[in-house]
Amino acid sequence: MDTQLKRGLLDICVLAAIKGQDTYGYLIIKNLKPYIKLSESTLYTILKRLETAGMLTVKTAEHGGRLRKYYHITDSGLKRIEEFKNEWKEILSIYNFVTKEDENNE
Amino acid sequence: MSKSEFLTLLRKALNRLPQIDVEERLTFYSEMIDDRIEDGLTEEAAVAELGSVDNIVSQIMSEIPLLTLVKENIKPKRTLRAWEIILLVLGSPIWLSLLSAIFMVMICVYAVIWSIVVTLWAILLSVAALLLSGILLCVLSIIQGNVSLTFALIGASLACCGITIFVFLGCKQVTKAVLILTKKIFIRIKSCFIKKEAVK
Repeated sequence: MDTQLKRGLLDICVLAAIKGQDTYGYLIIKNLKPYIKLSESTLYTILKRLETAGMLTVKTAEHGGRLRKYYHITDSGLKRIEEFKNEWKEILSIYNFVTKEDENNE
Repeated sequence: MSKSEFLTLLRKALNRLPQIDVEERLTFYSEMIDDRIEDGLTEEAAVAELGSVDNIVSQIMSEIPLLTLVKENIKPKRTLRAWEIILLVLGSPIWLSLLSAIFMVMICVYAVIWSIVVTLWAILLSVAALLLSGILLCVLSIIQGNVSLTFALIGASLACCGITIFVFLGCKQVTKAVLILTKKIFIRIKSCFIKKEAVK
């Protein structure tokens, strides 16, 4: 996939992965694995960016004798997902336009 | 590789980043390894899944803005002694001018490369202009009824057309190559701020 496109989608994917319940890093990667490839350093950067943007909060909790970071989505994070859904409609109409061009050429 | 070996290597390789950032990243990777082990992997396999330290470092470096790296590295690791400061100040006419000269030369070389690209596009433009005028003259000579001139002009226009396409393809490739080169130079400049031995 195009890197620019992927970059934009990854933010949404990570937000969607923590939408249901507070989630930790490894689970995000595991849950997203069937859909999109995500390396640890990329995830780290995304989480940092989303935290700075106020779309998620981080809290550290004890788990099995060690500390683990849990990510919690904020209202503005939820809003971002909704925005994305609307943007996607626009993208779909662009997609239809692009594929229509293909048919005309064939 | 064991978890502690991995983290030690990573810490060494990242030592040019801000300290807080390094600690946070190491905690993150440590958690990632622990969670994989909890998921049933062996320590070795958990570390292996993260990829090589080299890869991780180059990815981190490409994501960090150059400015952050430069800022972090301009800060001296220890305070300078008085005689060092005096030497630096006294020597500044030499090292400062040398450094700026090197910098200027590098910029000049880069500008020359781009001027070659611009020249190529200018050539393309002039050939394309020739093609257009050839077509125009062709039409004029047809109107005048000059058959031999018409054929000569059609030939010349076709040649121009061929050259235009050829030069255009060349221009595109060269521009692309220079852009890739620019990107590589930036990555190289960034890597100057990472300790060489640590990356290995």
